[in-house]
Amino acid sequence: MLAAEHFASPPHWEWWILGYFFFGGISGGSYALGTLLRFSGNARDETAARIAFITSFIALIPCPIFLTIDLGQPLLFWHMLVDTSTGGLAFRPESPMSLGSWALLVFGIFSFVSFLGAIAEVGWFRATGGIARALRGTAGLVWSAIGTVFGLFICAYTGVLLAVSNQTVWSDAGWALGGMFVASALAGSAALLLLLARSRRDVDADTAVRLESADRYFVILETILIAIFLVTLAIAGTIGKVLGVWIVLWLLVILGLLAPLALRSGAARRWPPVAAPLLALLGVLALRALVIFSAQT
Amino acid sequence: MAFQEKPMGFFTDTSICIGCKACEVACKEWNQLEGNPAHFTADSFDNTGQLDAQNWRHVQFIEQIPDNNGVVMTPTPIAGGQAWLMMSDVCKHCKNASCMEVCPTNALMRTEYDTVYIQNDVCNGCRNCISACPYGVIGFNEEKGIAQKCTLCYDRLQGGLQPACAKACPTESIKFGYVDDLHKVADDRLANLQKQGYAKAQLYGRDEQVYGGLNAFFLLMDKPEVYKLPSEANATLPTRNNLPGYVGGVATAVVGLIAGLLAFRSGRMNANNNTTTTPR
Repeated sequence: MLAAEHFASPPHWEWWILGYFFFGGISGGSYALGTLLRFSGNARDETAARIAFITSFIALIPCPIFLTIDLGQPLLFWHMLVDTSTGGLAFRPESPMSLGSWALLVFGIFSFVSFLGAIAEVGWFRATGGIARALRGTAGLVWSAIGTVFGLFICAYTGVLLAVSNQTVWSDAGWALGGMFVASALAGSAALLLLLARSRRDVDADTAVRLESADRYFVILETILIAIFLVTLAIAGTIGKVLGVWIVLWLLVILGLLAPLALRSGAARRWPPVAAPLLALLGVLALRALVIFSAQT
Repeated sequence: MAFQEKPMGFFTDTSICIGCKACEVACKEWNQLEGNPAHFTADSFDNTGQLDAQNWRHVQFIEQIPDNNGVVMTPTPIAGGQAWLMMSDVCKHCKNASCMEVCPTNALMRTEYDTVYIQNDVCNGCRNCISACPYGVIGFNEEKGIAQKCTLCYDRLQGGLQPACAKACPTESIKFGYVDDLHKVADDRLANLQKQGYAKAQLYGRDEQVYGGLNAFFLLMDKPEVYKLPSEANATLPTRNNLPGYVGGVATAVVGLIAGLLAFRSGRMNANNNTTTTPR
């Protein structure tokens, strides 16, 4: 097979974008977990579900800020949504960045409403109790299911955004990146939810156990996607770009993947309870960092 | 006299480029580009380095001096422009432009001359076009906070003037005109060179195989890759990854959701644990 050749210049998407990819993934993933916990139909999972929705919105807050700061003209951020040439909407389905801008806006609404409902349920802000009542039952499940679609889109499109380019690594792993970021976001969000659940006594112990179980599934999925990512790079002849000095980040990724599995095997029983979730989150960050930076150096 | 509103572009004949860089200077003069601080690139006579926000023309110097058993031979005219390749590189103004595909703000537009133009007042500096351009043409102007590249002297065209680089080129290596006319000139020149025995001479971007055809196309004296141009096989549009990218994301999301549901719905840790179920 012909090795891919690239003569494109790097866009210098760096730390702000890394931050956005990380928090966007955690936000979308947490929302999906909150929805899954609601769909599990177990009332004891409700506390964890509320934490997930609250986490989702809090993680979402830095996203538009990071994206705006990264622009060369931050005050023109609204050009992502409004076409100043025609006065209409700037909606371009073929551009992942355009789709992502709209998805971020829509997901922000879902995440915010679910957040308001969750904080009313936990008693932090009773003024939004009406929203909490409206989100109970089938209507709430439908609402969070639609929100999950947008939330997972936020996780996936960041990978597609990189793939839809002519950059080495990113465009070579075209169809693997979106999936890899989704799996990684779900694994990272489960790890974060576990971390938060363990810091609270009102979260059912069994919920935490099943969260661990879900986390392991996500980690296995992520491992498969990472393997596919590496194979596609090997086929394209550009795997060397993500090796070399990036081995350090790979080690963090591997540690993050192994941590939840080690808990199961008992090898990490002596670890502090926060160790495995923290390592998993670090792995999520490292994975995005090595994808972003390796292609641009 | 103003030009007709039909495709216009460049035909850059690299076989007669002498590397004088007059095009670079004229471009900077007209477009008021300050240029980057000069530095030693260790790359032949090239101290420009690459196309970017300050360099909308870049003369490449590619040394292919034959190595005769370790003794470096002095290039002679017999080499016929194949030992010392020079090419004045520029935005290709592709018919199917990668940059236009990904621009989220519609800052990149196609002019009445079929050229690709960045609207400075619309661009918000997201740099998506930079990641997409397969030729590394577009650069980020740190001072203005926007992406910039060759405009094919859009302002001069509107006044009936040819672009500054073409005007300044002393050897007419850079030819400007209507693309249809340039195609004929290029075909004749290629036939002439091939008749003289330059087997490697070829046109790049003349036909639709490369990004639907380039409005700024080239006559090359070697393979495109030698000039840092993607070959036909590698000249791919970014949006080729849209469908597979989203399909991969959706498939993973579905598998992830099913896995999550299975985990959350699985039996409880303690069999004696009484559970309640939310009414639906």
